[in-house]
Amino acid sequence: MNIFVCVKRVPDTETRIRVGADGQSIDPDGVKFVVSPYDEFAIEAALRLKEASGEGEVTAITLGESQAQDALRSALAMGADRAVLLEGEVTPDGLATARALAAEIETADAPLVLLGVKAADDDQQQVGPMLATLLGRPCATAVSTFELNGDRVVCRREVEGGTEVVELPLPAVVTITKGAFEPRYASLKGIMAAKRKPLETKPAQTADSRLRVESMELPPERTGGKIVGEGADAVPELVRLLREEANAL
Amino acid sequence: MSNVLAVVEQRDGALRGTAKEVIAAALGLAGASGGEVHALLVGGPGIQGVAEGLGEAGAEVVKVVEHEALADYHPDGYPEIVARIAGEDEYTAVLFAASALGKDLAPRVAARMDLPLAGDVTGLSIEGGEVNAIRPVYAGKAFTRVTIGATPALVSIRPNVFQPVNQAGAGRVEAVEMTEDPSSWPTRVVSFEATGGDIPDVAEAGVVVSGGRGMKDPENWTLLEELRAALGDGAGLGASRAVVDAGWRPHGEQVGQTGKTVAPKLYFAIGISGAIQHLAGMRTAGTIVAVNRDADAPIFKVADYGIVGDLFDVLPRLTEEIRALRAGG
Ligand SMILES: Cc1cc2nc3c(=O)[nH]c(=O)nc-3n(C[C@H](O)[C@H](O)[C@H](O)COP(=O)(O)OP(=O)(O)OC[C@H]3O[C@@H](n4cnc5c(N)ncnc54)[C@H](O)[C@@H]3O)c2cc1C
Ligand SMILES: Nc1ncnc2c1ncn2[C@@H]1O[C@H](COP(=O)(O)O)[C@@H](O)[C@H]1O
Repeated sequence: MNIFVCVKRVPDTETRIRVGADGQSIDPDGVKFVVSPYDEFAIEAALRLKEASGEGEVTAITLGESQAQDALRSALAMGADRAVLLEGEVTPDGLATARALAAEIETADAPLVLLGVKAADDDQQQVGPMLATLLGRPCATAVSTFELNGDRVVCRREVEGGTEVVELPLPAVVTITKGAFEPRYASLKGIMAAKRKPLETKPAQTADSRLRVESMELPPERTGGKIVGEGADAVPELVRLLREEANAL
Repeated sequence: MSNVLAVVEQRDGALRGTAKEVIAAALGLAGASGGEVHALLVGGPGIQGVAEGLGEAGAEVVKVVEHEALADYHPDGYPEIVARIAGEDEYTAVLFAASALGKDLAPRVAARMDLPLAGDVTGLSIEGGEVNAIRPVYAGKAFTRVTIGATPALVSIRPNVFQPVNQAGAGRVEAVEMTEDPSSWPTRVVSFEATGGDIPDVAEAGVVVSGGRGMKDPENWTLLEELRAALGDGAGLGASRAVVDAGWRPHGEQVGQTGKTVAPKLYFAIGISGAIQHLAGMRTAGTIVAVNRDADAPIFKVADYGIVGDLFDVLPRLTEEIRALRAGG
């Protein structure tokens, strides 16, 4: 079975964010970019499925500018077979992103599409279920593990207060959260092989973003507080401050 | 018309804590545009019974869809119904909670209605006739102000940020018929295994008690659970990634850049160092308390109140004092 995995290039989570000169986006200077962490889980899930069945192709796809090739190369190095770069602008409008991805995936023979539950930059948590809706496919979100059962995908979801099991008929879309799919490291051999794997670039069919970013700001510094004291003896004073000063109890 | 629709959640026939927050956020927008707030409640038989309470929270009209196939959230059914009803009136905005359920529901409604969605917002206003939203990005390391260039503006709001209101007045309840066909919904919900009892999800809890590697052993979580219970029903449990990776706690409790972003009124960081990815997820909490034996731990740079010391001495005393305080009224 062929599988598509949607990956996004984002700043490493270690990054200290600085606002760029435009006042609307981050200053990319010195920032290390990586594959968004949840997307690595999705790649891992696709690779395991392929390895278990011994057939089919894993395609990594991204919407982005030419630098987003890095993320695709990382996916290829982990073991994806081919990659597609939809060249276009990335905006916070998840529906515009989903449309561009849908235009490509629609025409491919890929019964399963995997995404990360959320991208580590915009934190929208929306592209997966939007893509599924556009494709007219069922979708399970925040899935920690899943398996194929004939022409159905059986997914375990983390929801409030428990675990839910849902079953979707293929073709389907699944968004992956942390769980069973701890990502492998790319081996040196994998990194070498990735250079020879097919990476296709085509213009993205994006619509204009209808979410306009007006400005970006850093949160006010927390002025940091006071050390109330040392050890258990400081507890009564802490509780008093929480009640009287912070009004939090 | 410039009404605002608040999509509110129930679970097991009871309103979720976020319901009144979504209505409060809707009131803010409706006030600015001179309209009313309508609430939409979808649920199983008998759900009309809880709809009245939404009037006090500020809803003029409460639309209720009641059907046995809707008792629990359904990922195909709910979006279909909500998109239909949201499209029947010319709403200025349609608001959801950015809860676990809302994060599944809202994007599907948005795609069905061909509308953009601003997710997990912490501030809303109307500027020049358009809805403006404040959205945390990079897990709270920065904020963006975005204009939503479409009507209705679809928004999900972060739990614990918008203050519920209480006013006299009962909402007018309107029953809306379900015209959708459950047999056309492809997804089958097979089972649900409860784990956390009645403890609220960390992303929605009003008070969060989080533990890190300093807790030493998963068995010591009974100490955190006791503190949590002493803080009352609205309190939830959180964890650092280090303890989730160690398998001590479920990933659903992880706070931070690759876990949940939380904004409770009160956050306890117990035996957590305060790595950048953890701080990202909790720095917008109202009041932060840290207990750590290392006075140089970065968590103290964001904490409002800190105690330097061994958590195994501090925790039992803290639980005891808070219990005494609450018992004393
Ligand atoms: C891609 C990526 C994503 C990440 N995402 C997240 C995330 O979402 N959330 C997250 O939390 N982390 C995340 N991390 C991990 C983060 O970098 C830290 O490793 C992690 O937060 C550390 O957890 P900790 O504070 O529990 O452990 P430690 O850093 O080991 O801190 C333990 C603390 O306990 C204190 N302590 C020990 N014993 C006692 C005692 N008896 N009494 C009092 N204090 C004591 C110590 O002084 C220390 O400060 C991420 C990392 C990466 C690379
Ligand atoms: N520009 C993009 N290109 C490819 N996939 C994307 C892109 N943006 C988001 N995704 C996918 O959608 C998931 C959720 O993203 P988001 O809704 O932005 O939080 C990500 O984890 C990716 O799998």
